[in-house]
Amino acid sequence: MPIVEVKGVDKVYHQGDTAVHALDNIHLSMDAGSFAAIAGPSGSGKTTLLNMIGGLDLPDHGDVIVDGRHFSEMNQSQLAQLRLNRIGFVFQAYNLIPVLSAVENVEYVMLLQGVEKAERRDRAMAMLDEVGLTEKYDNRPAELSGGQQQRVAVARAIVSNPAIVLADEPTANLDSKTGEGLLRIMAEMNERRNVTFIFSTHDKMVMDYAHRLVLLRDGMIDDDRSK
Amino acid sequence: MQSPQVNMDMQMAWRNVWRNPRRTWLTVGAICFACMVLIFMLSFQFGSYETMINSSVKINTGHLQVQAAGYFDKKNMRRVINDPKPVMQMISAIKQVEAMTVRANTFSLVSSEDRTYGAMIVGIDPAHEPEVSTLKQLIRKGEFLPEKTGSDRALIGSLLARNLKVVIGDELTILGQGKDGSVAASIVTICGIFKSGIDGFDRNTLHIPIKTFQAVYFMDAAVHEIVINANSLHDVAAVKKEIINGLKNIPEGKKLVVMDWDELVPGLTQAIRIDLISGIIFWFLLVLVVAFSILNTFLMAIFERTREFGVMMAIGTTPQRLVKLLLYESNFMTIVGVGLGIIIGCGITGLFQVYGIDMSGASEMLKQYGISGRIYPRLSLITAFAGPVLVWIITIAVAFYPAMKIKKLQPIEAMTHV
Repeated sequence: MPIVEVKGVDKVYHQGDTAVHALDNIHLSMDAGSFAAIAGPSGSGKTTLLNMIGGLDLPDHGDVIVDGRHFSEMNQSQLAQLRLNRIGFVFQAYNLIPVLSAVENVEYVMLLQGVEKAERRDRAMAMLDEVGLTEKYDNRPAELSGGQQQRVAVARAIVSNPAIVLADEPTANLDSKTGEGLLRIMAEMNERRNVTFIFSTHDKMVMDYAHRLVLLRDGMIDDDRSK
Repeated sequence: MQSPQVNMDMQMAWRNVWRNPRRTWLTVGAICFACMVLIFMLSFQFGSYETMINSSVKINTGHLQVQAAGYFDKKNMRRVINDPKPVMQMISAIKQVEAMTVRANTFSLVSSEDRTYGAMIVGIDPAHEPEVSTLKQLIRKGEFLPEKTGSDRALIGSLLARNLKVVIGDELTILGQGKDGSVAASIVTICGIFKSGIDGFDRNTLHIPIKTFQAVYFMDAAVHEIVINANSLHDVAAVKKEIINGLKNIPEGKKLVVMDWDELVPGLTQAIRIDLISGIIFWFLLVLVVAFSILNTFLMAIFERTREFGVMMAIGTTPQRLVKLLLYESNFMTIVGVGLGIIIGCGITGLFQVYGIDMSGASEMLKQYGISGRIYPRLSLITAFAGPVLVWIITIAVAFYPAMKIKKLQPIEAMTHV
């Protein structure tokens, strides 16, 4: 059963008098446990599609269904709840909360979910151990390297046991070695926890790691192949 | 018990406050300064009012007076308290009464060897007047009236003495109208010259013993005023009420009225009111400046952290929670500023409360109310907290506006904010 379904999604942005078709009649389906990459050149619509799947943006036409929930039938508050409980995010620029330490950043999502303090601290530390940051619990983002920050971001995305993790160009700001280390961690999470990962990328290494590659061009699916 | 969520939100808010320490200190400093100024100003104003009231009533009116009905408005010398003794007995039984005396007043011509001036002749009781007024302490030359009955001595205001060109030991002729309508005349010898700093009082007043006054003006035992001082300003209302009740049991009581300092010196109350209003306007302007400082800090914070708010919303933080976070931040800054302001403001005000502020170069207006020495700010719970609470309320109200802007943010727009 698919964990993500995109059905006939259109999205048009207006820049002055010009209408830009960011997404044009997209149909896509991803099964639970997928490790997929959405790739394409700049402006092809991959980030827009990822935002649609994450419920951060809504389509002009069509519907997105995640974990059986139809976005077209949900209001902003319900979408926020869905994001909190079923979707994890990893952003290109890490986007950790700067005033929280590594372990507190990981805890934060569980805090929003209402998990008890002791449990959230244990789970956050265990997750940081999994991504190899045992020694960095108390470091703030400014005290961590880019790769370490992105690993904290991955831990934050995974810790709440989401149905899917959406990663928007997660390796774009990392050197290739660090980027590969991060991908390996995410691949392990995917295998061990059966968490669905969907990347938007134009990094060849990410495309190589992905089990499925969806190529976008001018807001339309140009190719969709599984390995 | 607080939920752990609240604790972490507060922790985040506190850390966010110190992300830009210089800006935070500037804002905290503005709040602190406003509180300090408000505490000092309010204490100074209240202290000066008390000084003004006490100076004014102690020179002249007393806290309360019993008079014949209508005497205050027309100063008709025939409107007298014919028998002050039972009234005074009743008043002396009131425990909040500190002291009292009697007075009689009339307008007469006063002549020296060279000149003649009109003056208010005031009959006072030399034995009890010093308990009620500061007249004895205002003697600059000579001495106070002797206590012996029927003395022909007089105390003259310094400006009147200058105008009449008289000194201690000179004689003055008083010529006026007695209570019975006949001509009243007498010769008195100046034994003392007083200077109150209130020009009108020093220019127009001549004090003679009440017995002499009663004899010269054919008053028998009558007086115009029973002047009463309460233990403190706060007791005045209670004493007034008791006197009003007591007068009902005295035969002459129905013809008498009780007036407090507020009615006796309406100019003083008006001056205090005007000063208070101008003070309030100043406070609001000050608080407004602080409010803009807070507004600026928070608008900047939102502008700088829009991306961060977008990410927080994307991972599931509700706008309400972000609003709460910002309100915590504004509260923390305000609490630090207000707390420091209260501590420093009370400390500075407390020092001046002990040592006073030299007002020897006081303006003419202050001199009119007898303030020519030192003013002591009066620190109280009201003066210590009224200003800071006002600052706190306004800064929190102002912080609501930028906090509410968060509610309109959409995660995707916020995350792409440059």
